[in-house]
Amino acid sequence: MDTGVFAGADPMTAQVTADPWVPIRRLALLTFGLLWVFAATGFLVIDVSAQVAGTLKLLSASVLLILLVNEVTDRLGWSRRWLVIAVPMLWLLVFFLVPFIVLGRISLAEPMIARPPYSPLWDWGRDGALQIIASLDNFRFLLSDALYRNAYLSSIKVAGISTVFALLAGYPIAYYIARSPEPRRSVLLLLVILPFWTSFLLRVYAWIGFLRRDGVINNVLTWAGVIDEPLVMMQTDFAVYIGIVYTYLPFMILPLYANLVKLDDALLEAAGDLGASPTVTFLTVTLPLSMPGIIAGSMLVFIPAIGEYVIPALLGGPDTLMIGRVLWDEFFSSRDWPVASAVAIVMLVLVVLPIMWLQSVQNREASQ
Amino acid sequence: MSLTEIAANTRPWLDPDAQPFISIRGITKRFGDVAAVDDVSLDIFQGELFCLLGGSGCGKSTLLRMLAGFETPTEGQILIDGQDMARVPADKRPTNMMFQSYALFPHMSVEKNVAYGLLREGKSKAEAMQRAAEMLRMVKLESFAKRKPHQLSGGQRQRVALARALIKQPKLLLLDEPLGALDKKLREETQFELIRIQESLGVTFIVVTHDQDEAMTLATRIGVMSDGVIQQVGEPREIYETPKSRFVADFIGSVNLFDGRVGPAAADFMRVDTDDLGPVSVPPVRGLTQGQQVWLALRPERITLTRERPANARDGVMGMVEDVGYVGHLSSYRVRLPGGRVISVTQSNRLRDEDPITWDEEVFISWTPASLRVLTQ
Repeated sequence: MDTGVFAGADPMTAQVTADPWVPIRRLALLTFGLLWVFAATGFLVIDVSAQVAGTLKLLSASVLLILLVNEVTDRLGWSRRWLVIAVPMLWLLVFFLVPFIVLGRISLAEPMIARPPYSPLWDWGRDGALQIIASLDNFRFLLSDALYRNAYLSSIKVAGISTVFALLAGYPIAYYIARSPEPRRSVLLLLVILPFWTSFLLRVYAWIGFLRRDGVINNVLTWAGVIDEPLVMMQTDFAVYIGIVYTYLPFMILPLYANLVKLDDALLEAAGDLGASPTVTFLTVTLPLSMPGIIAGSMLVFIPAIGEYVIPALLGGPDTLMIGRVLWDEFFSSRDWPVASAVAIVMLVLVVLPIMWLQSVQNREASQ
Repeated sequence: MSLTEIAANTRPWLDPDAQPFISIRGITKRFGDVAAVDDVSLDIFQGELFCLLGGSGCGKSTLLRMLAGFETPTEGQILIDGQDMARVPADKRPTNMMFQSYALFPHMSVEKNVAYGLLREGKSKAEAMQRAAEMLRMVKLESFAKRKPHQLSGGQRQRVALARALIKQPKLLLLDEPLGALDKKLREETQFELIRIQESLGVTFIVVTHDQDEAMTLATRIGVMSDGVIQQVGEPREIYETPKSRFVADFIGSVNLFDGRVGPAAADFMRVDTDDLGPVSVPPVRGLTQGQQVWLALRPERITLTRERPANARDGVMGMVEDVGYVGHLSSYRVRLPGGRVISVTQSNRLRDEDPITWDEEVFISWTPASLRVLTQ
């Protein structure tokens, strides 16, 4: 056997190297194992309350789990690095994937007047045979009723137009902040984030004061003599756009700012030096280099805007058809959970697929 | 054509009637209260490779950026080819700049970077790409045309930046620390490459650098700057051999400076009394009065170290070798004078098996009077 300089990496030697913690760990494993068994069976020497026993059970189970993972990974010779990622993975699993699966399962059920208001997934038939009750009827229903298709299209339209306006408004602001000297830059950034410190609901309500028939805007314009008749702004799509752009503007500005602040002045000077006017410099250098910021900002506005419920409910009119509202009506007015679940799942697919496609395009570009 | 005529053609600054190509007249740039460039006047001629040399913060980059049009002078005038640049924005100037960071556009391929300037001129895409290919051939990067800048090495990026800056055939190319980011060996190779390109295209270059070796190798003339002021303008040899001030003498190469007072003068020499060297003879300098404070500059390589006093030595002092540094082609010595002052001396190692002077040896330090330079400021 080769006992050269690589002896330390030799599996035989590695096994011989004794870990002083191993006996302690074994002992702890035994102790907590017994503790858990006793706590779980209620067979504790001292008489304790149910709460203490429960706490003890949970605590010993957690410690036991950690020790077991240690033991198993050691035996199998696995690296424990994946444990670091295991925590967020577990989080995502419990709070995102599991609810999604529940939603998916409900979308396959039938509505029932019961509690919960949908049919069970399986049932024992009269003959005692297992029946699985699942159908795609709810999805077929979505396709057949024009209301849903229109709601989806209208949501995408409203979110898309709002995103474009948020970009048009947010880009100059982000650019200005990124180009500002340091003390002013921090103040401006703070101002962008400042609205988050008041309630979102209140801020949308405040817009009613501006937009309504005898609101601030109409009063000022009438007083200035620009208009004779008050403009109708409330309960229109226009008000919804205003609300969405206003609310989500910081989500556009912040990623754009983060991108633009990295822009090297020398690149702009180089473009100018080579004969590009400021406009051409912007179009050929600044804009292409800020594309990742534009995409990130647009995603952060577009995605929540699609499912927006509060803003169209407060500012929009009866014609403003958005999927968030349809969802609300299905769940709470019609109490048709299966159709509501199907609506939600279709929306998720509609939003997620473009993002995945976009990311794969970006990855392909980055690897080139 | 006589010899002096040829000399005047390649060295137009010697000809009082020659028209300067770039005329900088009383340029001042203030940032707040600080004058980064303070009343600088300078004439640069067609086809020159002029180096602005100075330490960081001396104002050399600010001067360059004013020529490029990125900074507006507070006072003064810049003429390029007779045209006043005051109202001409950077994108309309007949100059191009090579940036210290190269400032290559990261989202464009190498050839698109190079072609950028021509496309802005309104040239067709085909023509611009063809010219870009020619430029890339000149800097020997034709096989890298489709790469992105981040896929190139530092030296390759430097050449892309040069090609991009030259494609519009500017009358004047401004180079900000063009070789600053390269390692020593590459820098030396690139220096001569830069000279070759400059001579073959006949473009006027103004190079900003803090590296005196680079300035000495590249330049037709050097302008030494400090504190926003040009201290001296001259050919490399002139700057090195006949510095006008202690600052220039000390900045270019290394030098030993000695305080002294002017003593009696004879026809072929003048005495200067110094504290460290005693009375020494120097070539006569006009316009000095007896007893006036002067400084003597003596370059380390102009000093001879011997164990015995040489027979022909006119002046000299004894000293003790404190330190020896063997560099290879030369050895540098630190020698303590009787008065306690330590001077630096270099001796070239010409013979392989000579018995070198080493630590703690008593040596005789001598020089010729002509190697002393008398400075009055």
